[in-house]
Amino acid sequence: MINFARLLRLAHRGFAAGANYLQSRWRGLAVAIPYAYLLLFFLAPFVIVLKISFAEAIIASPPYSKLAEWAADGGLRLNLWFDNFAYLWRDPLYVKTYLNSLKIAALSTVACLLLGYPMAYYIARAPSPRRYILLFLIILPFWTSFLLRVYALTGLLADHGALNNLLIWLGVIQRPLPLLYSELAVYIGIIYSYLPFMILPLYANLEKLDRAVLEAAADLGARPRAAFLSVTLPLTMPGIIAGSLLVFIPATGEFIIPDLLGGGNVLMIGKVLYSEFNANHDWPVAAAVAIALLVVLVAPMMLYQHLQGRAVDRQTRGDS
Amino acid sequence: MSARGNVVPTTEPAEISQYPWRDAAARPFVRIDSVSKKFGAFAALDQVRLDIYRGELFALLGASGCGKTTLLRILAGFETPTGGRVIIDGRDMTAVPPHDRPVNMMFQSYALFPHMHIFDNVAYGLRRERVAKDEIRARVDEMLAMVELTDLAARKPRQLSGGQRQRVALARALVKRPKVLLLDEPLAALDKRLRAQTQFELMNIQDRLGVTFIVVTHDQEEAMTLATRIAVMDAGRVAQVGEPAAVYERPRTRKIANFIGTMNFFVGRVELSDDGVMLRCNEVARPIPLPAAASELQPGQELTLGLRPEKIQMHAADDAPENAAENAPNNAICLRGQIVEYAYMGNLSNYRVRVDGGKILQVTAPNLQRSERQKITWDDEVYLSWRAENSLVLPDD
Repeated sequence: MINFARLLRLAHRGFAAGANYLQSRWRGLAVAIPYAYLLLFFLAPFVIVLKISFAEAIIASPPYSKLAEWAADGGLRLNLWFDNFAYLWRDPLYVKTYLNSLKIAALSTVACLLLGYPMAYYIARAPSPRRYILLFLIILPFWTSFLLRVYALTGLLADHGALNNLLIWLGVIQRPLPLLYSELAVYIGIIYSYLPFMILPLYANLEKLDRAVLEAAADLGARPRAAFLSVTLPLTMPGIIAGSLLVFIPATGEFIIPDLLGGGNVLMIGKVLYSEFNANHDWPVAAAVAIALLVVLVAPMMLYQHLQGRAVDRQTRGDS
Repeated sequence: MSARGNVVPTTEPAEISQYPWRDAAARPFVRIDSVSKKFGAFAALDQVRLDIYRGELFALLGASGCGKTTLLRILAGFETPTGGRVIIDGRDMTAVPPHDRPVNMMFQSYALFPHMHIFDNVAYGLRRERVAKDEIRARVDEMLAMVELTDLAARKPRQLSGGQRQRVALARALVKRPKVLLLDEPLAALDKRLRAQTQFELMNIQDRLGVTFIVVTHDQEEAMTLATRIAVMDAGRVAQVGEPAAVYERPRTRKIANFIGTMNFFVGRVELSDDGVMLRCNEVARPIPLPAAASELQPGQELTLGLRPEKIQMHAADDAPENAAENAPNNAICLRGQIVEYAYMGNLSNYRVRVDGGKILQVTAPNLQRSERQKITWDDEVYLSWRAENSLVLPDD
């Protein structure tokens, strides 16, 4: 006689085990996908660039020496050419360009923060239909090409562009201001292009800020300004940091904006990299420029992460 | 100086009356003068008038949406009333912003500053006042000692339990020595055991500091335990104000009676008989005697009589029915019935009894004897009796 209950139980157990197995398999796969992606599209290109940065420029295709080759005696020869990095250091042009890039990116980030914070604050506090319309307007520029928008700025800033024409028509100036092909134009371009990257993380942070906490500050005697400085600002620090990194990092390596709006007058590292690669065909130096930029950008981030980690450590130790 | 309703009044005249609201000449400390608040077309508060006296622990009680929280927020200054005035200690506060009011609030979510240590949370209000550093330290330490959190001063709020956070919120709100402390559902986020304990701590602290507390709550038991007086709110109006016992024993309407505790209602017509004024109710076999105060009622008039479950005495049927009826005092009723439902609560038992005529009455009886087997249980025949003065004539709302 068949014991149905037992059979059912066994079947159920088998099924559960199978499901479990599948689940763990799928989980493994789900974790593997981002890893594979990072490996393929981030780590591999980086390793290639790193490899090229240690090569010597030669006239060949590809235009750099091999990293490793078999010597005549059958040994493996490793060619590590450090001169590219030494060259970046020796030539003051590169140091100056790096510093200028960092300066432009830093000032643009500050400007984006000063402009973006009030905007994000206002959007986060707006009643719901208006809030979503405003958010939509912030995202709207992404629907057209970035390149096209920077080109459009040229038309706006040119000697006989819209802005100069308006100012002349208003009688503010007699003769067009040299706006285009200046550092100012680069600032305008970067601030305009990267402002949404500042606003969006700030908005996300401000929107989930508990209003009761602000009311508590007011209730305890804080005037609006004091409440902002002592409560809102520290509680939105994650948004400020995220937004600043999202603006600062791509702005430092920006190429299109200084190229189109700065012309020959503004030195930025992205442009130097481009000309090393395309005009000079010096792939190794171009690669070294890129690696050095990476170090310049990653070092402060690692330091920040380290400090954050220490702060978290302290708190968890206080917990025990 | 205590001003709690459940304290037995002393015969000697105290310097400050324990029951200032009973004295017509007493000056209220907080006066809510015809305050209205409209959100668009919706009236959250409609001409609310309340006088609250110094040292009171006043409860605003009501179901959600009755306007009690709006009233509290108006007192704190977070909302501006569309009509009326708020006067605290003789000063009109209606237009004063929250940061200038001598009032502090304990928020329902506690609203602690998550980025600050417990010490800094409590010190926040004093720092805004630019109090000297030594004094800040002394006063914060004193407050933390009072709520027994001295050891946790260096922690962040997220490292604390719910009960500890609640105490931080209390310390933070009290450290500025406000004239009035507003508490928005102070115990709602705590579990039952902690709530009972915290209730008494809250009463002790209020007693010690003498600060006027105004508590918003939807929990009638909480309001009854804590408060000197309760304002029952309904649909933006104050339905009744009074000491807990008065609100419980003399609810003004059927709705209030239902909201605070449970009550049996008899709906019927007034009838004159040799035994006095009676109520003839379709679902009850015998006429029910009405309390003496109802003597000016007209025969034939329809009314509702209310009776609390614990005011009913229940006798088992094996006490001889004649006996039970005879033992019942004058102007009392004795009804026969059968237990339909029975719930053992430990300290007392709740019964639902179907009396002759079909009406089901709720009866609460204390479990006086220590006995695992209850004497009265399902389907047993019982006799119910109560004295007329323990019932209450209720106007329809």
